[in-house]
Amino acid sequence: MVELSDYLILAGMLFSIGVAGIFINRKNIIVLLMSIELMLLAVNTNFIAFSHYLNDITGQVFVFFILTVAAAEAAIGLAIIVVLYRNYQSINVDDINAMKG
Amino acid sequence: MAFDFINIVTVLPEIVLLSMACVVLLIDLYTDSAEESLSYYLTQFTMVIVAAVIIIFAPEKTVLVFDGAYVSDNLSFVLKLSLCLLGFVVFVFSKKLLEDLKLDKSEYYALALFAMLGMMVMISAGNFLTIYLGLELLSLSLYSMIAMQRDSKRSVEVAMKYFVLGAVASGMLLYGISMIYGVTKSIQFDVIHEITMITGQSQLIMIFGLVFIVIGVAFKLGAVPFHMWLPDVYHGSSLPITLFIGSITKIAAFALIARVLVDGLEGLHASWKDMLAILAVLSLILGNIIAIAQKNIKRMFAYSTISHVGFIMLGLIAGNQLGYSASMFYTLVYALMATAGFGVLLMLSKNGIEAENIADLSGLSDRSPLLAVVMLVVMFSMAGVPPTVGFYAKLSVINAIVSSDMIWLALVAVFMSVVGAFYYLRIIKVMYFEKQDIIESVDNSFNERLFIGVNGLTILLLGLYPTTLMMLCSASFK
Repeated sequence: MVELSDYLILAGMLFSIGVAGIFINRKNIIVLLMSIELMLLAVNTNFIAFSHYLNDITGQVFVFFILTVAAAEAAIGLAIIVVLYRNYQSINVDDINAMKG
Repeated sequence: MAFDFINIVTVLPEIVLLSMACVVLLIDLYTDSAEESLSYYLTQFTMVIVAAVIIIFAPEKTVLVFDGAYVSDNLSFVLKLSLCLLGFVVFVFSKKLLEDLKLDKSEYYALALFAMLGMMVMISAGNFLTIYLGLELLSLSLYSMIAMQRDSKRSVEVAMKYFVLGAVASGMLLYGISMIYGVTKSIQFDVIHEITMITGQSQLIMIFGLVFIVIGVAFKLGAVPFHMWLPDVYHGSSLPITLFIGSITKIAAFALIARVLVDGLEGLHASWKDMLAILAVLSLILGNIIAIAQKNIKRMFAYSTISHVGFIMLGLIAGNQLGYSASMFYTLVYALMATAGFGVLLMLSKNGIEAENIADLSGLSDRSPLLAVVMLVVMFSMAGVPPTVGFYAKLSVINAIVSSDMIWLALVAVFMSVVGAFYYLRIIKVMYFEKQDIIESVDNSFNERLFIGVNGLTILLLGLYPTTLMMLCSASFK
């Protein structure tokens, strides 16, 4: 029997990997997008697990909305990356430093 | 749920706004490029119509519709109305520079209207799902608005930064929401409010979720240490968009914090009070001190925003009606001041070249006495000098925090306001006592001069007669 806590630990690990991926990553912007997606999927796992164990449908509805918004977000993120590549001829995080800070 | 007429009436402002945003987007297909300003006039018309609808269908008491997903009360009435009025002024100010930068496409106005829609949805949110959707609608529109200036390296880079950090913030917020949902079995603010009022601090997992929610909210507000995106975004995006982000989105940010922390999680006040206190103190100190070193006026405004966010949080820390209404008052006043401040910069920009260094303001009193006086009022107001409204806003926040026995916080706020006065007064010195070698003329249309004058006058008049606005604010929290 898989316990609720197993799911929560899994989601916590996925979420931490996502956050770490964003702050440690020094190479590629695509990896940033993947890390963001990972964070949102960790949240989805949380919602589904709670929804199942609480016997309440709200969490699953919430997940549908998160998935939809994540798709829109990825579309805009990729569009920005395309514009970024046109300006810098690179999508390397280190090359993109016109602004200090 | 039975289909009810009241549901439609309550969301009528949003319906009108959404339809008009679609009209603005479509109208471009059927007009020649010579008539670009048509979408501008349609946008302004939308602002007026939505404001009228909000006033006509003002709620007499709190109404919950769509199974509690949507709430219409005094708070939403005041915030939405000020959003529309300030939105109107913002579009008036940004028109000329948008034309010069060739950004005055209908896409820009459609995105701006969608961002306004997102803000209004946030303001009226009755559960976590609605507030999340409103927040994303706002943020996604903002990312694209910044990236619209696609041949500018700076704009595109800050769009990417804002996108990544905004997405992290949303992720944090959602993780927190999922924890709260796991404990309370509900995403409804009023249900969660009842549960937290009974259980209080006892459940550790609630506090765990709360931490993530506070981090997400702090990211969106731009409180230290989650402020990294704010100076870059202000600096890198073009002035019309900086004006948009710097003024009216603050109202939505306040709505986010008021709905989530006050309407939803007020029972955990003892916990989030301490978290906000740390954020507020850091914001006040760092914002004011780093602003001194800035030569770029947009960056200076960004750090000054961070310090004002500290003040807004102070009112919430007080944790009673007095404090909540004080910080709502502060937010509205700040949005008004920022509109005027960035408005003056927009009017000084010529031929698509932005006035963004403090030196660009030198000798302004000779070049345009009106703009100089408005900037003077804004600077005095931000520094908190009576009789401007900034003084009254700071006074009411500090009054609330002192009456809740947190005198040390009030002391930090006062000391840091004194530090902040330095860089505000420096702007006044540059405008009135430094001369420019080549006198550049400033010419603005009648509309722009009228609205910037009215905006400056409002800051003064609200300082003399703050009672009405203050009463509206305190009626929003019971």
